[in-house]
Amino acid sequence: MSASLIDRVRALVLSVFLIAAFAVPALAGPFEDAVAKFANDEFSDTDEAVGLVAASGNPLAFPIISALGDGRLSADPESKKVFVTGTDGKVIDAATGAAVASLPAGAAAVRLNNRLRRTVEAALGGLTLLSPDPAKRLTAAQSVFKSHDEAALPVIDGALAKETNKTVKAAFAEARAAILLYKSDATDVEKLESIAIIKARGDQEALALLTGLGSDAPPLVAQAASSAIAAIQSNLAMWSMVQNAWYGLSLGSVLLLAAIGLAITFGVMGVINMAHGEMVMIGAYTTFVVQEVIRTRYPALFDYSLLIAVPLAFLVAGAIGVVIERSIIRFLYGRPLETLLATWGLSLVLQQAVRTAFGPTNREVGNPSWMSGAFEIGQITITYNRLWILCFTLAVFAILLAMLRYTALGLEMRAVTQNRRMAASMGIATSRVDALTFGLGSGIAGIAGVALSQIDNVSPNLGQSYIIDSFMVVVFGGVGNLWGTLVGAFTLGIANKFLEPVAGAVLGKIAILVLIILFIQKRPRGLFALKGRAIEA
Amino acid sequence: MLTQLTHDIATLSRRRWLAATAGLVLGLAAFTNAKAADDTIKVGVLHSLSGTMAISETTLKDTVLFLIDEQNKKGGLLGKKLEAVVVDPASNWPLFAEKARELITKDKVAVVFGCWTSVSRKSVLPVFKELNNILFYPVQYEGEESERNVFYTGAAPNQQAIPAVDYLMKDEKVKRWVLAGTDYVYPRTTNKILEAYLKSKGVKQEDIMINYTPFGHSDWQTIVADIKKFGSAGKKTAVVSTINGDANVPFYKELGNQGIKATDIPVVAFSVGEEELAGIDTKPLLGHLAAWNYFQSIKDPANEKFIKAWQAYTKNPKRVTNDPMEAHVIGFEMWVKAVEKVKSTDADKVIDALPGIEAKNLTGGTSKMLPNHHITKPVFIGEIKANGQFDVVWKTPGLVAGDAWSKELDGSKDLIGDWVGKKCGNYNTKTNKCGGQGS
Repeated sequence: MSASLIDRVRALVLSVFLIAAFAVPALAGPFEDAVAKFANDEFSDTDEAVGLVAASGNPLAFPIISALGDGRLSADPESKKVFVTGTDGKVIDAATGAAVASLPAGAAAVRLNNRLRRTVEAALGGLTLLSPDPAKRLTAAQSVFKSHDEAALPVIDGALAKETNKTVKAAFAEARAAILLYKSDATDVEKLESIAIIKARGDQEALALLTGLGSDAPPLVAQAASSAIAAIQSNLAMWSMVQNAWYGLSLGSVLLLAAIGLAITFGVMGVINMAHGEMVMIGAYTTFVVQEVIRTRYPALFDYSLLIAVPLAFLVAGAIGVVIERSIIRFLYGRPLETLLATWGLSLVLQQAVRTAFGPTNREVGNPSWMSGAFEIGQITITYNRLWILCFTLAVFAILLAMLRYTALGLEMRAVTQNRRMAASMGIATSRVDALTFGLGSGIAGIAGVALSQIDNVSPNLGQSYIIDSFMVVVFGGVGNLWGTLVGAFTLGIANKFLEPVAGAVLGKIAILVLIILFIQKRPRGLFALKGRAIEA
Repeated sequence: MLTQLTHDIATLSRRRWLAATAGLVLGLAAFTNAKAADDTIKVGVLHSLSGTMAISETTLKDTVLFLIDEQNKKGGLLGKKLEAVVVDPASNWPLFAEKARELITKDKVAVVFGCWTSVSRKSVLPVFKELNNILFYPVQYEGEESERNVFYTGAAPNQQAIPAVDYLMKDEKVKRWVLAGTDYVYPRTTNKILEAYLKSKGVKQEDIMINYTPFGHSDWQTIVADIKKFGSAGKKTAVVSTINGDANVPFYKELGNQGIKATDIPVVAFSVGEEELAGIDTKPLLGHLAAWNYFQSIKDPANEKFIKAWQAYTKNPKRVTNDPMEAHVIGFEMWVKAVEKVKSTDADKVIDALPGIEAKNLTGGTSKMLPNHHITKPVFIGEIKANGQFDVVWKTPGLVAGDAWSKELDGSKDLIGDWVGKKCGNYNTKTNKCGGQGS
C-alpha cells in the first residue's frame, strides 16, 4: 500500500514538474507507452505491458488488466491505440480513459496464452487485494498464494492488519506465508511459521507449494517442510479413500440409471432387449432437441431445459418402446435367441436413423448453471452434475418402486409376471400390460438419457457404451429384482472405483468382468434370486 | 451424399437412379457403373459412414466428394471426368479389407482415399500390396511404417507430438508429464516415443505418469483426480493427451468441473480438432492446447478460399474444417499432379511419380511428397478459444519432414524409408540392407 502510494505521489509530482518545465500538453508518459505495447500483438510485449501497467498505480490499471483477462481489451494495429470494452458494452481509450463511440473496424482482441493468463491472474490478485468486496479479496489472496510474488508482500501486510472478515483474513495469512516461504531473505523463524500455516491448510496446493521448495532451503526449514509434506500426504491419503467411495457411488448411480429400464424389460418381462441402449440415446437426443428449441425461442428458460426434457424423453422413448413391442417383440415371446437378434438389428436401425437425422457428429447439450462446477468438502471435490445425477437416480428408483407397488398398472404387471395364465383368467388384458410394461422400461431408459447427456457425448453411439454394463448390473443383481439392481449397481460402481487407482482403468474393468463371471458361476441367479417368468423361460 | 446423387442424376437413367437411391438407403452406396469405365476415372472413398468412427470419417468422405466435384468443374483429369465410388466399411476393421478389395477388383478404382484408425490401415495393407493400388491415408498416426502402396499425408510423431512437447518444455517450462491415452496402437506407440524423447531431455521416470483408458471411457473422475494429485508436486505439470475422439468430451467436462484450468495444468491434445469441439461447450476448455498441421482459424488466402468453397458445397455456413481434411486436400492435389505428369492412372507409374511432387497446403506453404511416402508439413500449437476455434500461439519456423521411423526408439532409429533410391520401406542405414524391424 505505502510503496505504491509513494510511487503514485512520485509519478504525480514528476508529471506535474514535467508539464510545468516543458509546458507540453499530453506528453506520452510511461503508462501510455506501456499501454501502447498491447497493440504490438507479441506475447512478450503484452507480458511486459501487464507488469508495467500493474505497477503504474494508474486507476485505469485494474480495468485494463481485467479486460485483458476477459478478452475485452482490443487493439487497433493501424493506429496502435488500445481500447477497453466495459462489461456494459461502453468503450474507452485505455491510455486516457476517454470514452470512445465505438471500436475502430480493424481492432482485434489482444491475444493471450497460458503464460500470460497466469501473469494476468497474478497482477489482478495484486490489484484487488484491497477491493471492498470480500469475495474479490478472497480470490485475490488465493491467486497471490499461488503466485507467491514478493512484490505483493507490503500490500498483504497492510491488508492483513485491516481485514475483519475471518475467511479472508486466513487466506491473507496463507498468502503471506507462501510469500515468506519463498522469499530469499526471510528469517528461518519466519519460514518455520509459514510452514506451520501452510501445513494447516493441508490441501494439494499447499503440498505443491511445500514440495516446490526443493532441497536448497536451510536444513531446519527443509526438515520442517518434509515433515509437513508427510503429514499432509497421510491426511490426503485418508481423504482419497472417501473420494474413491464417492466416485464409486457416482459411477454406481450412472450404472443404476442406465440399468433400471432394463431391469423392467429384461428383469421383469424377460425380453433380452439389445435396443435398450438406443432408448437411452433417444432420451439424450430429446434433450438436445428441447435445448435447441429453448436456445432459439426462449433463451431465458435454459436452466429449466432438463426439467422439460425429462417428461418428454419419457414419452418419446416410451412411445417408441410400445411400438417396438407391438410390432416386433410380441411375436417373439419365449424365443430368447430370436428376440436377441431382432432387437440387436433394431438397435442398428435406430442408430443409423438417428445418424441420418442428426448427423454423425456429437451434438452439444449444455449444462444448466446449477449442474456446472463443484464444491469442496474437506479435501475432496464433489461436482454438481454427479451429485444431481445421484439424487435423480434415487428419485427415479423410488418412483418406479412405488409405482409397481401402489398403482393398478403396477399390480397388473406383477400379476402378469408371476403367473400369466392366472392373471389372464382374472380378466387382465395381458397383451396390453406387456406393451405398457415394455413402454415403461423404455421410457425410463429415455429419462436416463436426459441425465447421461450431461456427462457423456450425445452421439448415435451413446447407447452402445451402456448396454453391456446394464446387462452386467441386472444379471449380477438378480434378474427380476429391482432392489438387486440397486445393490448390484452400487457394488459394481464402488468396486470399480477402488480397483481403478490400483490396476488402471483398462485392467480394472477386466478384473470386474472376471469377478462377475466367477460370481455367476457360484450364484447363477445373481445376488437376489427371484421366481418369475424370466427364470422359468 | 445427396449432392453426389444430384450430381449423378444427369448421367444415370431414372431406374438406375432409383436403384442407387435404394442402395444408398441400405448403406451400400456402391455406384457400380462398369460399362462407363472408359470415360471416367474412378476414385475410391473408404471411410466409415456408420458405427463408432462415422463421427470423424463422414466428413472426410464429404471432403473427397467435394475435391472430385471441384476437379470435375476444372474439366476433370486427362480429359476424363472423375467419379467417386463410396463404400461404407462401417467401423469394422475386417470389413475395411473386404471393401478395399471390392473397390479395386470390382470397381477398378485408380486410387483410394481412406481409413482413419491405424488398425483399419493395417487391415487393408495386404490388399493394396497384393492388388497393387494406391492408398492416401490422411490422419496423424504413430509412424513406424513406410509402404510402397501407401502415401501418408497425416502427421508422423515428429510432425505433431515432439514439437508439442518441445513447446511445453520451452514456453510453459513444464517439468512433469502426464501421458494419457486411449488403449490402442497409436497412443501406445506415440507415448513410447515421447517417453524416450523426454528421458533423452533429462526428465526423470518419476516425473512421467502414463495412463491408458478403454475406448469411449466416460467416467474420468478418478483419473482427473489422479492428474490433479500428480500436478501438486510443486513442478509445472502438463497432460499430453492421445485420448481418442469420443472419450474427449467427458474428459474435458470433468477437467472443467473439477476446476483444473489451463493455467494450472494445460492439456495438449493430438486428436481434438474443430470437429470434436463442435460438440461441446468450450468455455471451461479455454487455453487448453492442440497440436496440428492445420487450423481453420489460420489466416491465409488459400485457407479462406477453401473454407468458403467447402461451406458453399455442404450448404452449411457453420461447417468446420480440420486437419485430416487438409491432408486429403494435399494428397488429392498431389495425386492429380502425379497422374498429369505421367499421363496415366497406372498404379506403378503414379507411385514412382509421386515422390518429389509438391502441392500447396492451406496454411501458406508448399508440402512435398518425400521418398518415404510422408510429406513435409508445418506444425502449429493452438489454444482453444471460447468459440470452439483455435488461436495459434506457436508454429515451427519452417516445414518439418515426416519421419517414417522414429529417431527416438532403439528399434527404429537406424531405419529409413526410401522408395526412390533404395526401393525399400525399412532400409537399415547401419547394415546397409533392406529389412529390419517393422514389416
